[in-house]
Amino acid sequence: MVAISSWGRLGRFEHEVVGLSDRHQVVSQLKSNPIGIAHGMGRSYGDVCLNPNGVLWKTTGLDRFISLDENSGNLVCEAGVLLRDIQRLVIARGWILPVTPGTQLVTVGGAIANDVHGKNHHGSGSFGDHINSLKLIRTDGSIIVCGPNLLPDWFAATVGGFGLTGVITEVEIQLRRVTGPWLSTETIAYGNLNEFFHLADASEADWEHTVSWIDCVAKGGRGLFMRANPTDSIEHQEPKSRKLTMPFVPPISLINKLTLQPFNTAYFNLKKRQVGRSAAHYESFFYPLDNLLEWNRMYGPKGFYQYQCVVPRSVGHDAVQAMLKEISRSGEGSFLAVLKTFGNRQALGMMSFPQPGVTLALDFPNLGERTLKLFERLDTIVREAKGRIYLAKDARMPRDLFEAGYPRLAEFLKYRDSGMSSALSRRLIGH
Amino acid sequence: MQDNKKRIVIIGATSAIAEHCARLWVENTNVDLTLVARNAEKAERVATDLRVRSPQSVIRVLEANFIAPLAIQKLVDEIVAEGIVDTVLIAHGSLPDQDVCQQNLTECNEALTVNSISPVLFAEAFAGHMQKAKLGTLAIIGSVAGDRGRKSNYVYGAAKGLVTRYAQGLQHRLANTGVKVLLIKPGPTETPMTAHLKQQGGLAKVEDVAKVIVNAINQGKPVVYAPAKWALIMMVIRHLPQFIFNTLDI
Ligand SMILES: Cc1cc2nc3c(=O)[nH]c(=O)nc-3n(C[C@H](O)[C@H](O)[C@H](O)COP(=O)(O)OP(=O)(O)OC[C@H]3O[C@@H](n4cnc5c(N)ncnc54)[C@H](O)[C@@H]3O)c2cc1C
Ligand SMILES: NC(=O)c1ccc[n+]([C@@H]2O[C@H](COP(=O)([O-])OP(=O)(O)OC[C@H]3O[C@@H](n4cnc5c(N)ncnc54)[C@H](OP(=O)(O)O)[C@@H]3O)[C@@H](O)[C@H]2O)c1
Repeated sequence: MVAISSWGRLGRFEHEVVGLSDRHQVVSQLKSNPIGIAHGMGRSYGDVCLNPNGVLWKTTGLDRFISLDENSGNLVCEAGVLLRDIQRLVIARGWILPVTPGTQLVTVGGAIANDVHGKNHHGSGSFGDHINSLKLIRTDGSIIVCGPNLLPDWFAATVGGFGLTGVITEVEIQLRRVTGPWLSTETIAYGNLNEFFHLADASEADWEHTVSWIDCVAKGGRGLFMRANPTDSIEHQEPKSRKLTMPFVPPISLINKLTLQPFNTAYFNLKKRQVGRSAAHYESFFYPLDNLLEWNRMYGPKGFYQYQCVVPRSVGHDAVQAMLKEISRSGEGSFLAVLKTFGNRQALGMMSFPQPGVTLALDFPNLGERTLKLFERLDTIVREAKGRIYLAKDARMPRDLFEAGYPRLAEFLKYRDSGMSSALSRRLIGH
Repeated sequence: MQDNKKRIVIIGATSAIAEHCARLWVENTNVDLTLVARNAEKAERVATDLRVRSPQSVIRVLEANFIAPLAIQKLVDEIVAEGIVDTVLIAHGSLPDQDVCQQNLTECNEALTVNSISPVLFAEAFAGHMQKAKLGTLAIIGSVAGDRGRKSNYVYGAAKGLVTRYAQGLQHRLANTGVKVLLIKPGPTETPMTAHLKQQGGLAKVEDVAKVIVNAINQGKPVVYAPAKWALIMMVIRHLPQFIFNTLDI
């Protein structure tokens, strides 16, 4: 048994870890083990990648490339390959992953299972939109190869299917053309939500990437809006990779009532100096926290929650405003708070998170009951707004909100592998 | 060899540690890499990955018998006949269950053979050629377990200890010939070999171990612990007086 925690470090749970490293052995490895769940880099915040006291099929040993067609940008690889390793391999050859989340230290399998989104959702959709096919292994030993044009129902269940349809072993990804690693960026300060939405709408047509940081401690909703486009300027130096590791777990969260306001103000002022146009390497623009290894430790031994929801655009302004108000009333707040609009497109996965609207993501140190009470009040707003909560981040949402937020659940369950189960599936589906 | 690619041979090329060394090698330059394994199909998967990483490198797979001395000699002669070899990494090994070895001499015999006799035969076959060529680096993977016998895995430890003594002797023989002999002693590392172990905490990352090995090969260090902290730990363990050592449950 090995103690494993997910990114939120809310607890350490004993697991029987079975390492998958030979893709031809996976069938027999799955068949010979009782109920389990695939586990990639454990970069999900909550319990979607955990199965306490049960089996975890660890996929990071499935890390081989299989082919790369440099003319068409078609990449085939095993599902445990890290997005970082793909980026580093293909960018030098004129290609890039079309969609990546805010960290590149995740596996391809994890990115599909949560159908992750990036800063370019309005133009490029989510990760699953760029998968040509995948190979899925079920615990009964059957092998299913599916894609948008091949068993599309199995594909739609597996993309965003949070690991419950089987273990993905091989994936064919369509990369996209890029001229180099550089982006031309622009940072704009905004003073309230109206300005945010105005900026977001105005940027959609001409900017590939948009995201914003919102200060949820200051009144009114000030923030910084970042947008970027690829550029072929090459007058810049490759960044030196300076990796820092959070060296220990502090006894209490470094993010707390005393520090939050000064942290946010300092961050706002620091970033405000960058207001204007400039250039950035893709690694520092897309994955700003990846060089601060194990930053999740700064929340102390009790860990932290991320609350990420999406609400429809029609009620977006009011719902976000209401949530910010609740947060500020609770006296808690989030240091890393991200506000971003999604494009007007439906994800292909039955259980995918992205939907047209605006998404808010907030980190909260785990203060027990108090934090959970705040989430209940946020849930009320999300429920009323007909929004949903992101499974990759969740460790606590109530079942009714899950069912309301994911109306295709019943359809999805037909494709579930009964030999797969996670703490999240037991909590939200019952088995 | 065409356009002066460095020629590297890996014995036991499906080993996770060896595979990560190979990735580092192809990442840095284009190489001419021969992957020797007992299972060609599995080694092909490694080769395919390396070819994607480095389309300009030349990578091929040879299936081999790892036990029969004549077959080993023949294979090595054939490899060397194609051109001078710059680097050989001998990586194969398997971690037996100590209890099983105590009860079943067939298993015990297999564990001793694959972890000691087999690597020594490969090394010996290359050493003669390298001595003649007056160049080359021969790196053998031993283990920290070879530094001192202990009850929980002394059959494996004894085999790795034999490799240690062998490497010492070979270093003596080839001193001042231009041939470098390295003994690499990994500490517990996260690879398929250790996947079944109950206690997984504290295992080194295979990428980090591979980095130490590739650097050591570049520098031609005679003995390398990977990660480096094991040099200190094993110095303490080797020097513990017997009466204290005997009280330890390791
Ligand atoms: C700093 C940070 C920033 C982030 N930013 C974003 C963001 O911008 N957008 C976003 O969408 N997400 C974001 N995330 C979340 C992260 O992208 C997802 O949680 C991702 O799924 C993690 O991948 P993983 O390899 O760590 O998988 P894990 O967390 O280990 O597993 C996630 C799910 O995938 C399943 N799974 C893993 N491998 C396989 C496989 N081979 N076959 C079948 N199922 C599998 C697991 O069972 C589990 O259900 C962020 C996370 C962090 C830590
Ligand atoms: N991992 C550790 O903690 C650790 C610690 C100290 C030393 N080491 C040493 O490091 C080396 C590499 O090990 P690893 O960790 O990379 O393990 P690994 O991934 O399990 O690789 C083991 C390798 O040995 C081969 N092998 C096993 N039994 C064999 C046999 N009977 N005949 C021929 N080949 C055989 C395997 O071939 P197949 O792929 O065909 O099975 C594979 O290539 C070994 O010498 C090991 O003793 C490892």
